[in-house]
Parts: sequence; C-alpha cells; structure tokens
Amino acid sequence: MTRAILVLEDGRSWNGRAYGAEGSTTGEVVFTTGMTGYQETLTDPSYHRQIVVMTAPHIGNTGVNDEDSESRRIWPSGFVVRDPARRASNWRSQRELVDELRAHGIVGISGVDTRAVTRHVREHGAMRGGVFSGAAADRPEAELVAEVLASPTMIGRHLYSEVTTVEPYVVPAIGEKRFTVAAIDLGIKSMTPHRMAQQGMEVHVLPGDATLDDVLAVSPDGVFVSNAPGDPATATGPIELVREVLRRGLPIFGICFGHQVLGQALGFDTYKLVYGHRGINQPVMDLETRRVEVTAHNHGFALALPGEGSRLPEDEATRESWVGGPPGREGRTVATEFGRVQVSHVCLNDGVIEGLRCLDVPAFSVQYHPEAAAGPHDARYLFARFADLMAEVSSRSSADAAAPAPSAVPSPTSTVKEA
Amino acid sequence: MPRRADLRSVLVIGSGPIVIGQACEFDYSGTQACRVLKAEGLRVILVNSNPATIMTDPEFADVTYIEPITPDYVEAIIAKERPDALLPTMGGQTALNTAMALHTSGVLEKYGVELIGAGAAAIEAGEDRQRFKEVVERCGAEVPRSRICHSMDDCLAAAEDLGYPVVVRPSFTMGGLGSGVAYDEADLHRIAGAGMQYSMTSEVLLEESVLGWKEIELELMRDRRDNVVVVCSIENVDPMGVHTGDSITIAPALTLTDREYQRLRDVGIAVIREVGVDTGGSNIQFAIHPDNGRIVVIELNPRVSRSSALASKATGFPIAKIATRLAIGYSLDEIPNEITQKTPASFEPTVDYIVTKVPRFAFEKFPAADPTLTTTMKSVGEAMAIGRNFTESLQKALRSLEKRDASFHWNGEPPAGAELERLLEEVRRPTDDRMLKVQQAIRGGATVEQLYEVTRIDPWFLDQIVLLDEIAQQVRDAEALTPELLREAKRHGFSDAQLGDLRHLSADVVRGVRHALGVRPVYKTVDTCAAQFAATTPYHYSSYDEENEVAPSDGRKVIILGAGPNRIGQGVEFDYSCVHASFALRDAGFETVMVNCNPETVSTDYDTSDRLYFEPLTLEDVLEIVHAEQRSGEVAGVIVQLGGQTPLGLAAGLKAAGVPIVGTTPEAIHLAEERGAFGRVLAAAGLPAPKHGTASSFPEAKVIADEIGYPVLVRPSYVLGGRGMEIVYDEEMLEDYIGRATAVSPEHPVLVDRFLDDAIEIDVDALYDGTELYLGGIMEHIEEAGIHSGDSACVLPPVTLGTEELGRVRESTEAIARGVGVRGLLNVQFALASGILYVLEANPRASRTAPFVSKATAVPLAKAAARIMMGSSIAELRAEGALPRAGDGGTLPDDAPMSVKEAVLPFKRFRTPHGKVVDTLLGPEMRSTGEVMGIDTTFPYAFAKSQVAVGGGLPDSGRVFVSVADGDKRAIVFPVQRLVALGFEVLATEGTAQVLRRHGIESTVVRKRSQGAGADGEPTIVERIEAGEVDMVVNTPSGPAARHDGYEIRAAITAVDRPIVTTVQQFAAAVQAIEAGRNEPIRVTALQEHARRLTAGRAALMEGAR
Repeated sequence: MTRAILVLEDGRSWNGRAYGAEGSTTGEVVFTTGMTGYQETLTDPSYHRQIVVMTAPHIGNTGVNDEDSESRRIWPSGFVVRDPARRASNWRSQRELVDELRAHGIVGISGVDTRAVTRHVREHGAMRGGVFSGAAADRPEAELVAEVLASPTMIGRHLYSEVTTVEPYVVPAIGEKRFTVAAIDLGIKSMTPHRMAQQGMEVHVLPGDATLDDVLAVSPDGVFVSNAPGDPATATGPIELVREVLRRGLPIFGICFGHQVLGQALGFDTYKLVYGHRGINQPVMDLETRRVEVTAHNHGFALALPGEGSRLPEDEATRESWVGGPPGREGRTVATEFGRVQVSHVCLNDGVIEGLRCLDVPAFSVQYHPEAAAGPHDARYLFARFADLMAEVSSRSSADAAAPAPSAVPSPTSTVKEA
Repeated sequence: MPRRADLRSVLVIGSGPIVIGQACEFDYSGTQACRVLKAEGLRVILVNSNPATIMTDPEFADVTYIEPITPDYVEAIIAKERPDALLPTMGGQTALNTAMALHTSGVLEKYGVELIGAGAAAIEAGEDRQRFKEVVERCGAEVPRSRICHSMDDCLAAAEDLGYPVVVRPSFTMGGLGSGVAYDEADLHRIAGAGMQYSMTSEVLLEESVLGWKEIELELMRDRRDNVVVVCSIENVDPMGVHTGDSITIAPALTLTDREYQRLRDVGIAVIREVGVDTGGSNIQFAIHPDNGRIVVIELNPRVSRSSALASKATGFPIAKIATRLAIGYSLDEIPNEITQKTPASFEPTVDYIVTKVPRFAFEKFPAADPTLTTTMKSVGEAMAIGRNFTESLQKALRSLEKRDASFHWNGEPPAGAELERLLEEVRRPTDDRMLKVQQAIRGGATVEQLYEVTRIDPWFLDQIVLLDEIAQQVRDAEALTPELLREAKRHGFSDAQLGDLRHLSADVVRGVRHALGVRPVYKTVDTCAAQFAATTPYHYSSYDEENEVAPSDGRKVIILGAGPNRIGQGVEFDYSCVHASFALRDAGFETVMVNCNPETVSTDYDTSDRLYFEPLTLEDVLEIVHAEQRSGEVAGVIVQLGGQTPLGLAAGLKAAGVPIVGTTPEAIHLAEERGAFGRVLAAAGLPAPKHGTASSFPEAKVIADEIGYPVLVRPSYVLGGRGMEIVYDEEMLEDYIGRATAVSPEHPVLVDRFLDDAIEIDVDALYDGTELYLGGIMEHIEEAGIHSGDSACVLPPVTLGTEELGRVRESTEAIARGVGVRGLLNVQFALASGILYVLEANPRASRTAPFVSKATAVPLAKAAARIMMGSSIAELRAEGALPRAGDGGTLPDDAPMSVKEAVLPFKRFRTPHGKVVDTLLGPEMRSTGEVMGIDTTFPYAFAKSQVAVGGGLPDSGRVFVSVADGDKRAIVFPVQRLVALGFEVLATEGTAQVLRRHGIESTVVRKRSQGAGADGEPTIVERIEAGEVDMVVNTPSGPAARHDGYEIRAAITAVDRPIVTTVQQFAAAVQAIEAGRNEPIRVTALQEHARRLTAGRAALMEGAR
C-alpha cells in the first residue's frame, strides 16, 4: 500500500492510498455525483486538467470495455475515489479500471473521505489541488501547497486546443443520409456524432481551429459546436466563427461549451459557477413545454444575460424569475445583434441558464449534455430538433432563395420516441 | 400545475393487519399520505382495520374508521362520508384490490368517487399477466418467453425452444399447485404430466426460467405533466428465484455500467407511461442475464410498496408523500425537496453511501416449515443499514437483525474437506442463512468462482466477502490492535464483538482499546444529492470516515431507542409507542433523537423526530450515538422502554457505561424480568403466582415439575413473544424439551410454571408515576390461558368479569407497579382460575397492546408514558388534558364501545417440504404477525367485525364441521344448537355427533381421515374440506397425543382459506357474531365519534360522582 495525499490550494489535505499511476499531478478539483458511468466520465475531454472527485464510493466495479469510452483517452489529471474495485464484474468488462488508469498515467488517490472533499468544494468553491503519491507524498505539505498554488487557475485557461482532433474525420449517417453537419470539435464526446448520425446526419468533425472556409468546404446543412474544457471566454476563434455562421443563416446547435460559444457570439457574458454542475441527475425545465428533463451536466461556467453582470446569484429567486408565473409562460427574451433570443431551458436547482433559442436566426444551444453518456436519455430529442431545423432551413432556401433570414427554431413538437 | 381545486375530501385505504408481504411499510406510506392531505386542507377519511398503526391515530385523519377493509364496509363508509376521491395506492395490494372491487361493482361510479393516483385501467394493466406482457412488448422490451401447451409433445417442443430449465405452471390451479421447475426432460415429463392432470383444462404454461439471473428494481415517479424520475435503483444480492422481500438487497445497483442502467431506465419509463400510471410511484423489476445482459421485465406495481419505503429511507426522497401530492394535482417541479429545501423534487436522488437491506425470518416459530427461499415471500421483517461502502453496510445490516449467528464469524475451525464440500452443496439452495454459509465457505478456502457457480451471487459481492475474510485474518494475526488496523476493520463494518472474538477479548475490552486509540465513528447525512447541496434534515448514519456532520444543539435531547426489525412478537406496535413518545416530547419542548434500523417504520421517517440515526440497535452502536450526541449538546436521557425487548436488553449495558436511562430503571426492569426477584415482589405484595421454579438442567426441571404437578409451562427466561414456550404434559415431554433447548445454562435457565387449565387470561396496560396508577385498560382474553396473549383474541372492556374481580386486578397492578418501581408503562398478565387471580408476568415497558388500548379508550398512553419518564406526574397530565381529568381505562362509562383485538396468523405462508400447510394450532409461543380491531357498541358485533377484518369473516350460512376434545364436548352443545337454529348444517365425527344427538341436535357424521374413504366411496372430512364443501371448522386440540387427524383438518381448512376455531370460547363468540352479522346491517362508526361519546360519558361520570 503506497501512501498518497490530496492537497487543496487553501491548505486542506486528505491522506489516502495511491490509486492508478504514482506521481504528482495538479488541476482544478471538482466533484461529480453520477452513480454510474465512470468510464464515460474519465474519457470526457471536458475533464481535461481537472482532478475529478467521485461522490459514489465504489468505482471500478464494472471494469472497462472497448465500447463505452467517449474519446481516445482518459482526460482528468487526477482521480479521487473512496473504494476502488478489487475486481471488475460485468459481462462486458474487458479490463480492470486500475490498470487502465496506470496505462494512461493517471495519478489517483483512494481511501479518501470523498464526501468531506465534496462538502469542502461545495462550500468554498472549485479550487486548484494536487494529488501526490509515492515519494512525492512524503514531501513537506507546505511544499505541495506551494506547487498547487503555482499551477494555473481555471479562469482564463485556454484548453480546447489540447483536446481537439488534429485531423478532420467523418462519422457517416446511420441509414439514409439526410444532412451534412460540420461539427467543431473543442472536446467532442463520441456519443454526440453518434446521436447525430442516428438522425441521418453525416458528421464532419473538424479541429477546434477550423475556419469558416474549412466549415463551408464540407457544404454543411448545419454547424455543431461541441463541449470543451477550460474558460469559455478564451474561445475567441470559435466565437468569431459562429458569428460568421450566424450571418450566413446556417443552422447552429451548440452543447455545453458550444452553448457558451453561441451565447457569447450573441452577446451574452460568461461567469464561473462556485462549484459547477456535474453529474447525471440535474433537473432542467424546458420553459416552453414546462416539462422537466433529468440531464447530464459537466460545466464550471455558465451564461449570464447581456448586461446583467458576469455573475448571477444561484438561488431560488433566480429560478423563480424564470420558472415562476402562469403555466405556458415562455422564457425571457432579449434583443441581440442577431435578433431575439429566448432563454429556453433553466436548471431548476439554481436557476442557471441551460438553453438558448434564437427566434430570428436558426440557432439553439443547451448547456447540458443531450448525448448523455453517461446519463439519462431525456434530452435526446434535441438531436431531432436540430434535424428539423436543418430541414426547415433547407426547404425554405430551396423554395425561395430570395427569402429573408430564416426564422425561428421549430417548436419542440417534434420529439423522437426513445430508442 | 397547482393542486386540483375540485377535490375537497379523499378516502385513504390502509393495508390492514401486518401479514407477511404487507407490513408496516404501509403504515409509513399511509401516515405520510394522511399528513400531506391534511396539510393541503383536504378532508381525510381513512379506513384501516389495524389498530397498531400510527396512521389510525385520530389526529392523522378527519375521520378514522377502524373497520374491516372489505368492499362492503368501505362502501358503507363511502355512503356515509361521500368522498370526492379515493387514493388506492398507499395500502398495498389490500387497498388496490378493494378499490378495484368497488370500481368493478359500480360503487365508485354510483357515489361519484374518482380513483386518484392510479386509475382502474392502469391497475389492471399492471396486474393482468397477458396485458402486462403486451404493454412491455409495445415498449420494445421483453418479458420471459412462454408457451401454452396441451400435450406432452407440445411441452417437449416448447422446452426445446425455451431451453432448460423451464418453469411449469398449470393453468387454473390454486396456490401454485403443481408448478415447478424442470431442469431436464425427465423432470418435464414428471412435472408437466402431473400439471396437466391438475389443470381442469389440461393446460400448462411453460415459461423460460430466469433463475439465477441478476435482479434489479427501479422506483419510478410520474406526474400529471408526464415528468418521470427514477428515485432509486435496487440490486438484489440474491439472484432471481428468491422473492425480493426475502433477498438481501442493496441500493444503488453496483454492478451495472451506465449504458445498462440507462437501458433499464428507458424501459421503466416507457412501461410506466404505457401502463398509464398517471401520478405517483411504481416499482418495476427486471431480470438480467449475467452472461449476455439480456433484460426481461418481471413485473410492475402501480403503487407504493415495500421497495418504495426502502427507497425512501435509502435516499431521503419520501415517495409516498410526494406520490400523494402528485395525486392531488401538483407536478414534481412544484414540490420542494424537503431535505435541501432549495431544490425541487423533479430530480433523481444520488447517494454517496451503500444501503443494505436484510430480511428477518421466523422459521424457528414454524419448525415444520420448509426454509427454502422461493418466489413466495416468507420473511417477517427487515433491517436496513447505511455505510460508506458495501462491507460496512452489509455488516451493519447483519448485526441489525439482532439474531444470534446472523453476523459473519471466524469462530472454531474453518470448514475443510467434506464439510466444505457440504457447504458448497448447501448454498445451492437459497435459505435464510445462506450468506453466512457463503462466508464460512470462503473462510474455508472456497473461491469466488466456485461460489458463483453454485449460488449465482455476483462475483463482485462474493469478492467483498473475501475482502472481509482477509481483514479478519489480519486482525487475528496482528501482534497488537494498532489504530490503523482497527480503523481498517471498522471501515469494513467489523463490530467490537467480532473483533473481540478474533482476538479472544471481550467486546468491552476492544471498545476500551478503540476509545483509548481514538478510533470512533463519524456521522454522515442522508441528503438525496451526495452533498451537492446543504441538507437541512439531520438524518444520520455512522461510518468510520473522517468528517463528522452532527451539528451542535442547545436543546435538551432525549434519545429514543426503537424496536429494530419487525419480527413475530415485536412489530409495529412498538414503533407506535416510540413515535408517540417522540411527538409528545417534541411538543413538551425536548429535542428528540430516534435510533432505529427498520426501514418500514414511521419512526425512521426523517421528520418524525428532530434527529434520526439509522443505526443498528446494539450496545456498541448506541453508545457511539450517545457519545456523539453528548459531544454536540446535553442528553437529558435515553428511553429504552418503548421499543420492546430490543432496547430493554441494552438497558443494563448502557447504565453500566454511565448513560442516563429515564423511566423505569434497569434495576427495576431486572426486578420484573428475573423470576426470583419478581417472586419476592409478588410475595411482598401478597399476590399469588402459579407455582414455579427455575431449572438449568433436566433433573432440576423434573424435581420442580413433580412438585408442581403436570401439565407445566416451560420457557427460556428473558424472551419476547413466548419464544420456545411450550406446555408439557409429562416427564418424557419435559426431557425432550430440555434436550432441544440447547442454550440452557445457569445464566440462561428454563422457567417451569404450573399450567392453569381453564383459566381466563387478563391483560392490563397501566401507567405509574411513583404515586398514582392510571389503569389504561383491562383486556379479557377470549381464548383460555395457555395461548400466547399475542395470538389470543381479547375484548376491552371485559365482558365476563365482575366489579370485585376488576377491583382486584387494579389493586394487584398497583402493587406490582409500586413494588417493581415503574415509571411509565407497565403491562401485567393475570390468569383467573377458580376465583384466584394469579399474576403470570409483568413487563415494565410498552406492550403490544398499548396502541389497541389507546384507541379503544381514546387516551394516548404512549405519549403520557413518555412524559412520565421525563418527570411529569399523572396528576399534571390530567390537569393539562393529556389524560382524562378523572377515572381511567378501568372505569369506562357503561356505553363505552366494545373493542375486540384479533390476531392474524401466517400459517398459509408456511408449508412443509411436502407442500402442506404447517399446523395452525395455537399455543404458548406467539406466531401471529399482526392484529385487527373490531369496534362497535356490542361485543358480538365487534367480534364479528374483527373476524371479517382478519380475513374472510364468518359464514352466515352453510356447513360447519365440529370435532372437539372430550373435555370440550359439554361446552359446545349450546352454540351448536344455535347454529342449527340459524340454518347451518352440522358435520361431526362419530363421538361429537353422539353427544349432540343426546341433546337432540341433528348432525351429519363424516369419516375421519384415519378411517379412509367409506365402502361406497364416502369422502373423509379432509376431502370434503378440500372440495370446498365446509364453511367453518371447529376443532379443539385433544390432549398431548399426536393429534394427526386434527392437523390434517386444520391444514386443509387453512389451505382453502375458511375460518377455523380452535377453542370453545372462541366458538361461543363466533356463534354470537354470526348471529349479529346476520341480523344487523353493516354499520360503521369513526374513531372520533367513539371518542366524543367516551368523553361525554366520562364527563357524565364525573358529574355523577360529584
């Protein structure tokens, strides 16, 4: 048993046992509350440069298989668990998680009171931390704290370039091809193009620094902007790209960081949440249907209304300001350079903006993860909505090439039955 | 969507008596429902026949009917109260079936009553196998494949297609007759061949076997806006084949990937929508093939259930409460999550701990029963534990069972060789102690693979037991108990007692070392969200982890120790008293802290007390809680009197550790419990007790029995529910008894009492504050002494006792209360024989009858008891109105209602290995699981109601078979005569018929079983019963002989679900009741109405006394 220690920038520390690779690592300490899906979480590029604390105590029980990874590698810089599995048990399991962590050089720690860490982060906010194991764990704690403090903060951190694909690639449509989509990979999860492919989209996944020309080169019916690690305020390239796409009236769908990119392109601000939304049980209300979706989240930043400051209070009052009022009341609408934009979805826990819908240009986005993986499939209908949007725009432009800018995103009447 | 404005009154149906498969989880859900509806300003009408429930307390509903839950009675209530709606989903299958019957017969339509929560179509779709199969298939999922066959060729072909093993289910047979599992063609020939014979349509259903598959359940909620959430997943550690109620289960599921879990979630949501459960909770069960992940849907329950109670306690998400809100119109997002207060209920709880539920069985009460666990539930209760990992949770759960040998152990030599082989063979068959056998096999070196092969328990769980074995070995082999080693063992749930065994130390010494080394548990919080949000409810569990979450408080705290898992002899009645104490003391300004480990109860609802510790009720666990609470504020006292024998057994240990016990002191408890000491109390008060003695060996017992004279009553000391108690008629039986009572020792002697034949037994519940006695109530047993009081019907006020006798009961009770030194509740059992009032026993604690007496007399005894324990006097309680100003339960007004308590027995559930019902004969060992109450203005009508409530009711015409012991023959003449006058046909055996004939009563002679069929094929009585030709049986035991005929008769009548009377007293009452039932229309009276009359009567008495 090798000793390990988790150290936070404010000096709090927890002793534990080395788990996965031995060594030193730093990153932003965040917790996620999903009880299933550690393999998807570990392979989600949005966790790049973060130390992930799993609130579920038993991790690794179902091992690792070749089917469930969301990208080519494990991304978190550190992994904090309470009770790692001694052996995997599942008919699809091919390898033990601990071996996978070692193979990817992920420094982890086990035996930690993960609930105490979670409560600390909840009260004091996500902060930098480090996991040190083996010989590194024996260094004086002050030295370890100093190392943590020397590491970069998440605010202002540009990270998507580190995770995006280098070469473009194509995910073919499943069944009949109906649309071509250019997907800007800022940290895309493999389930996302898969869900689009199921809707008959041929998905051209492009690197994060793709230019407008790169996008137009694939003759897309629509543009998708993916999730990503890091501070969305640093995404100047993608924001500019999206503004260009908006001007051309091409349909846009953004998820997570992609939602923040769209929002910034429309003039919204971003701000950092105290400890973020992570997990697969977050209630989000579609303000138009007033139905609640249980959704997968992974975001440390969020959008604020233009001119309302960089920071919204996350509380009941904020939630009430969206949700309150008579049934059927739609979300708040703001005027932007690209016409009217409606807040379409909010998180019922704290009132954070979870979705935008443009009324005068064909664009919409959600802060959460409709592709789930891990997580519930309640929001899968959004991929069908993207297909409907592209269908509407293309039929309109072919019917009347001289028509003015295409109008609103179609109403959420078109939902698919869960597969 | 806010609450529906068109609903003003709602009828809630409870689940009736506690039976196996339907226990106090429905008191928990029903209580929540009533509280929510009342808080919403709706008029709540409640019907439940079970007086031991908290929901039937008059304050939980506007009108409370303790009446039988049958369509007739519920219709009478509907006609009287005219509710707008009926909520059928809170009272288990009983409520659902009753609501469906009322729907089918048109009663609901006639009175304009709307079913809310689940409509008739949804209930049908969930219950009807064929319709459910279609629903599931429409959702793109599967049910187990099946084929209907009419010939052996059909069967062989079907089995070829389905694959062996196949389940064979003959059509149209009762109680699973003829069904079985065929593992090969030979089995199939045998089982299906016989099955086609049993079936009146020569039809059998062959179904794909899912035995050994993984079993997973989801708890779902749906609202009117079609929002659906999964509250909790539950994984059965015991694979398919064992009823989930009998399985060790955990939450959340631990062996599924997200993809697999989300597939279950998708199917579950699709099915709840397709079934059409509009609002509320449902439970759906899946079987998953462990090798390829194939999923089949087993069933869906469109109502709250045992699993939903477990899920509520496991997550902090109160399913019944929220289901009720949804039923009256709210949507999930409009309901706040009470634990975080800031976030809504429209989310899916996530937990950062592991919950383990273990069932508690009572096979020791039914020695003839087959203990193999099957798809028929057999457990009588359950314990739940929470830990930060599986091992901690499992070990805590096992010790919560409070059953010898339930916990893992490393005593003696590890099994090896042939013994290990035997164990590996035995664990193939699921039994109540299988997990322990698995652990012993692991200890003996069996591998995970070997055990998986024979048990199909997921290797992950088996490996966790290997982990426990490794730690046990480290503990045993270590040179000393270091803090690191102790902490590691504690992290995996080892108790001080287990560690003591491993180190050959006492648990106390281990505890001393542990405390000296500073190794103590911390307390975490159940918060629905894995700490994502701050929790406002102090719902705690212990863990050997780092951070403690118990908040400091300024209040004067009272810790109430609960009753632990339900078992025969200790059930919901004790939870009732604990909950009442908590309510009363909260009202009186104390901060109440509840400790319990039973997930079915109201006491473990997080808003019953100021704080809740979901913890095992062992000395170690309670001492740690007391320590944690003392560190966070002042502990005014610990209450051990209300949770039955469980907390009482901890009293001495707690006292020795310096814990302040309030109420009756441990020394006083000892005075009542220890035979010799109690004898001296009685002698000092000049009260007679049956002659008795204490023996620790057969020769000693023989000397005592010879002196007292046979028959004698023998039993171990310090037990509840008459465990191991028997009537012994001669020396041979005595020797046999002592031989079987293996644990007899000088520390645990056997008590030998004179058995009082033909005595009237009297039960008294009383309060004593040191100066004044408040007689709660006097109950007269309907059966004679010798039948355990828990199994005996009784009536309050007594129907045959005179004023002088009642006066002696009062004086004796007061003398005992004073002599023992009771502060709080006292229960005394007397036997009146030949004019002498013998004291049988006294229990200085809440009794099983406390709730019944409270309801019969409209006085909350447990609340008053709690106040007395905390220092109030009876005079003060009278003055403030908590007790009547004058008089008590012994001086009821003449027009006070008559209340009958009747026991509910589980015999039908238990079958011998040959498939026959176990013997139904009552005796000194308690075997009932629950009780009902019949309350009315007259005794016969009250008794009739109690018989209807207990199930089926008495026949109002038809055929009665009478066969009684010689000593009873004289006593039956009059009642039989009445039956004949009422038009019944009487069947009798030759001897009984002869006695009847001499009294001019005609009866038909039937052949005894032992006589066999007659020359012309005349059937025996057993055959006639089995053919459904007999409507009631009167059969009294005929002495100590084998009584085989009697057993066959009793088993047969129980199997066809008709009433059986086994004492002459009960027979007399039954005949009176039959007459009352025939002559008088159904009438129902609310408890509140009875209470008003009692209050008026008491006032009139006071007036008269002035």
